[in-house]
Amino acid sequence: MTQPAREVLVKPSASAPLLSVRSLAKYFPIKKGLFGKAAGFVRAVDGVSFDVMPGETLGLVGESGCGKSTTGRMILRLIEPTAGSVEFDGIDLVKLSNKEMRKLRRKIQVIFQDPFSSLNPRMTVGAIIREGLTIHKLAEGSAADARVRQLLDEVGLRSEYVNRYPHEFSGGQRQRIGIARALAVEPSFIVCDEPVSALDVSVQAQVINLMQDLQRDRGLAYLFIAHDLSVVEHIADRVAVMYLGKIVELASSADLYREPLMPYTQALLSAVPVADPTVKKSRVVLTGDVPSPANPPSGCVFHPRCQHPAKDAACTEIVPPLEEKAPGHWAACIKQPPTGVDWSIQKAAGATHPPERFLPVLDR
Amino acid sequence: MAHDSTAGPLLSVEDLRTFFYTEAGVARAVDGVSFQIGRGETVGLVGESGCGKSVTAFSLIRLIRPPGRIEPGSRIVFDGRDLATLSESEMRKVRGELIGFVFQEPMTALNPVFTVGDQIAEVVRVHHGGSKQEAWGRAVKMLETVGIPSPEQRAHEYPHQLSGGMRQRVVIAMALVMNPALVIADEPTTALDVTIQAQILELLRELQQKFGTSILLITHDLGVVAETASRVIVMYGGEIVEEAPVEELFAQAHHPYTEGLLNAMPQVGQERERLATIPGSVPPPTNWPKGCRFHDRCPYAWERCSEEHPPLYRIGTGHISRCHLAEEPQRRADAHDPLVVAVSGEGGVTRGARRGEKQNVSERKAIS
Repeated sequence: MTQPAREVLVKPSASAPLLSVRSLAKYFPIKKGLFGKAAGFVRAVDGVSFDVMPGETLGLVGESGCGKSTTGRMILRLIEPTAGSVEFDGIDLVKLSNKEMRKLRRKIQVIFQDPFSSLNPRMTVGAIIREGLTIHKLAEGSAADARVRQLLDEVGLRSEYVNRYPHEFSGGQRQRIGIARALAVEPSFIVCDEPVSALDVSVQAQVINLMQDLQRDRGLAYLFIAHDLSVVEHIADRVAVMYLGKIVELASSADLYREPLMPYTQALLSAVPVADPTVKKSRVVLTGDVPSPANPPSGCVFHPRCQHPAKDAACTEIVPPLEEKAPGHWAACIKQPPTGVDWSIQKAAGATHPPERFLPVLDR
Repeated sequence: MAHDSTAGPLLSVEDLRTFFYTEAGVARAVDGVSFQIGRGETVGLVGESGCGKSVTAFSLIRLIRPPGRIEPGSRIVFDGRDLATLSESEMRKVRGELIGFVFQEPMTALNPVFTVGDQIAEVVRVHHGGSKQEAWGRAVKMLETVGIPSPEQRAHEYPHQLSGGMRQRVVIAMALVMNPALVIADEPTTALDVTIQAQILELLRELQQKFGTSILLITHDLGVVAETASRVIVMYGGEIVEEAPVEELFAQAHHPYTEGLLNAMPQVGQERERLATIPGSVPPPTNWPKGCRFHDRCPYAWERCSEEHPPLYRIGTGHISRCHLAEEPQRRADAHDPLVVAVSGEGGVTRGARRGEKQNVSERKAIS
């Protein structure tokens, strides 16, 4: 009964995207027995499509295990995709050889979550930042020295620090070093994988402001992967919400936070604690845990935990397409009108409740 | 002070000092902390890493190992008894039986080679004695209380077979199985996803209502505190810098550090062009700044702040703040950039610029 997932094009505007991800998937084999025969697959990422425009920040949110980091790593080809394409500036990265990819990494950089394990402890800060310059033959000798000092200054660190080692710095300072390393090769796109999650609130604010300044000055595009919804709302222009390897909602940050349409996004947003004790929230508390991606639920992957009042048997049968419910606001839910999945199709799948608009009041 | 066991606060900490004698010098991680927790009350203890909040928590149950030491003169009066003077064997009875502890990382708090049922039952056997079957029965019942489905089967499982949220429920079951009067929860939801965090906070609230347990909730997340605690203690530099009822703290924070923390936090539903920042980072505990420990990061600091260590001033009912602004409130109007000496940076933003626009500059100067 299940429908094949439709090819979805998510385009925010007319100009050409910098990065186009189409039907990207990663299935990790579950190996059993002596010879490692695959007994099944973990569908970490299962057909994800989105665009990132030049100079834009696309937030990618979801709970642990939803596939957001795997998506980021596939774009960098640190993990090889099982299927799909990643087009960057018109070039399909998935088809490139390792050597060609290495050259292109100049344009696509990454900032990792943990500033303690992502910097080589045996290299000085200067050597860490300089490495990219040398590999891509961008500068050498005293020109490289000057460039390293300039980069340190740009990320708000004293240029005298070039000869120090990572352990001499605090978490926030290390994250600045990671940012300087990424900037050294003048990328146009940076995958930021939970860049501020390990930092304290006050230091987190410093790093977020720095990232926004650099974006403004250099026209960088970010894929900002994070689990903290308030940070993402602050920094992202558009936000994609992932659940069990799929994008379930994608909209401008303002639309998504004001009027989440997919029941999962509604629950996720209502779970965020509000730093205002006078607010008594009506909360959509999800029961249970995220199901295993090795054995995802049929139909809509969210149906076992969904609280949409019109949820019925059709949700267990029909894979909801990611469809445009309002201009630029995409959501995957056959019960949230408007939907292209006709009532006759839903009824054939056992539907008893027609779609109805469901927007639980999120007091804020 | 003599307490009988029903009147007065459940816990009264007086001048707690916990120092670590390291090669780099004496780290005064907790440096003269006094507070109380009432019966059935939830107190939030907030601050950034390195402020001393976790060391305070571990000191309360005396889990401080050398080179750390709880200094003589510190008093931890629990239900009329000073825990600081108890012998180790007496202390062992306090832990788990009178004071439960919920740790941040549920995977490291549980033993991977025993089933979760065995681990909870062990707590019962150690503190209560009785037969194995009886202890096992209590363990299963406790797993049910914390909302674990099919507890009879789950009790036979090992920690790695459970999800993060389930593991944290097991840790909470262990902390509560002896029905302690106080539960210390050190970042109980930090390692969890936000939907699971909502479940766990809900569970803690329910259990508190059911058992009347007092909770000391240690967290860096002001949102969690706002939703859970009735009173909040803010720590910085090993000291309490502010304490207030939760509504008052969020409505009118007095200490510039609390103010800075609240402003630095992005919040869902609040649009802001730029986040306010607190420049610099927490100083090392071996070398707290002279005068006010926050003065070199404070936007209001003046000469007095670098000279005179501020006492805790009374601001209102149950509201105290360690800031000289209490005596010279007019100075709050003169916010300036802390530590800005000369100004460079993009666009030549100068000192006279409006707040917010110049954040970036102060940030850069302060970090270097």
